[in-house]
Amino acid sequence: MITAVQTSHLRVVAQRIASRLMSHSVLIFASVVIGLPFFWMISTSFKSDVEVGLFPPVWIPSELLWENYARVWTAAPFDMFYLNSIITTLAGLVLEVLVGAMSAYAFARIEFPHRDALFLVVLATMMIPGEMALVPNYLTLRNLGWINTHQGIVIPYVSSAFGCFLLRQAFLSIPQDLFDAARMDGAGHLRMLLSIALPITRPVVATFALFLFIAKWNAYLWPLIVTNTWNMRTLPIGLVMVREAEGTLGWQHVMAASLLVLLPVLVVFFLAQRQIIEGIARGAVKG
Amino acid sequence: MGSQIRLPNQSWVPGLNILRLTHSRRERLTFLALIAPNFILFGIFTFWPLIYNFYLSFTKWNMIAPTPTLIGLDNYATMIADPIFWKVLGNTLYLATGSIAIRLVLALALALVLNQKLAGRDIYRAIIFSPTFTTGAAVALVWTWILHKDLGLLRLPLNLLGIVSPNWLTDINWTIPALIIVTVWRGLGYDMVIFLAGLQGIPAELYEAARVDGAGRWSLFRHITLPMLSPITFFLIVTSIIGALQVFDLVAVMTGGGPMNSSKVYVYYVYENAFKFFKVGYAAALSMVLFLITLAITIFQTRLSRRWVHY
Repeated sequence: MITAVQTSHLRVVAQRIASRLMSHSVLIFASVVIGLPFFWMISTSFKSDVEVGLFPPVWIPSELLWENYARVWTAAPFDMFYLNSIITTLAGLVLEVLVGAMSAYAFARIEFPHRDALFLVVLATMMIPGEMALVPNYLTLRNLGWINTHQGIVIPYVSSAFGCFLLRQAFLSIPQDLFDAARMDGAGHLRMLLSIALPITRPVVATFALFLFIAKWNAYLWPLIVTNTWNMRTLPIGLVMVREAEGTLGWQHVMAASLLVLLPVLVVFFLAQRQIIEGIARGAVKG
Repeated sequence: MGSQIRLPNQSWVPGLNILRLTHSRRERLTFLALIAPNFILFGIFTFWPLIYNFYLSFTKWNMIAPTPTLIGLDNYATMIADPIFWKVLGNTLYLATGSIAIRLVLALALALVLNQKLAGRDIYRAIIFSPTFTTGAAVALVWTWILHKDLGLLRLPLNLLGIVSPNWLTDINWTIPALIIVTVWRGLGYDMVIFLAGLQGIPAELYEAARVDGAGRWSLFRHITLPMLSPITFFLIVTSIIGALQVFDLVAVMTGGGPMNSSKVYVYYVYENAFKFFKVGYAAALSMVLFLITLAITIFQTRLSRRWVHY
């Protein structure tokens, strides 16, 4: 026997299931559409010349041609591109975290006349678009003899208003007792920064470092301007230039090369996606 | 000392201040040493460029001649009379508004769907967000291939709808729409995550109170959700306009600004003048205007958002 209460309960459950199904279908559709370019890139990168030229397209290549990757790797000094990208990304990341953390610590923990005004000077730099510094910075580097060098790619971009702001907030939230205790033990500011402030705020520092990794790996305009030989190009620049220089590369090779460039950021993103997305959601990153 | 008033969580012990006085000279030196790297770098690579750029914008120079030649306001006059400058501004605005409109609507819709307890919520969120931080140069190549007139993936759905695929990247009417598609794909997840954070910040009591008053779903959305999201929407609009002003790699790789300047956007034009045509003075003037536009938008945003805060 089904009572009236039970039917209305059933109706509610049915409605809930329908709404769930609806939500999932919308989200699955969106995920597929957004994920498709990645799939298409990977699928193309393994295709033969013939399969690349087919329409409607072949979704999964009949044979996985790994030699497309070998072909790209030898078409240009990709090993040098990788090396340059790794060196400039990591050096830039470490330096920017350090530079940002040092100034953030000073602003959070050391008293100084007009400290707040100085901090505003730091914040004001966020309003100056980096693009307007292209010519002057190029000239500065030319005078320093840093054109076409790793330091030329790295150094103009390691000052950090955002890092200073973010880490200052984090350092301000550390209980004063910890610093007082360390001071009793005779610790100086540098040691307190390295052994208290940075370790305690590790999640914030790590999120900041992740953003820096991605931003520096993806950098295009500045490395394009300051480098001028094959052996100094970073991956994004080298990728585009290989395609322009090598008339014989097919789309399967271009896609293989693109994947080689994208892979590190995609891996980092999916390993740390929760941290990155929540960092964004908390307003940790300016758009 | 001023910051102590604003930051109540900083609890200096009063007695400690006397102790600190004896150290104050050392403390000040430490402070200076710690901020020095950041300030020196800002000085050389941020503030100096601003000043030097200002000066260069009144000169004519090809970077090869020993010194720039002062020409007064000529570069600014050239800009006003330069049809490409206006074309570039128009393109930038077209790209910004087209992409923002689509992004905001789709992102809000997806955020509303995601803003409930669902299995696999984090996975959907991650996939939709994933294009945000991808390498522009690589993504530009992938999309050049997707937009290929004959063999591209996008031809598939267009075929189903009976539409002949346009020459996305070589037809002057379709270059900006093509860039809009790519920027929507890349920016949608970011907007969605920001909207989602906004939705989660709306107090549940507001909805309950309205429901007690007999408000329906649409009415709740129209009178609570939308107004409460307005500061965030505004933030997203402003950041996407500034973002559009700075687009470079997509245009450089996909179209090179062509054909016939149809896809030339602001920073690309600055780059081209400085490093392809070696019109350094003109590029500097363009950069100054970019700076002023960005500044105006930022000030406008701070002013308005102060008035818009609902929380």
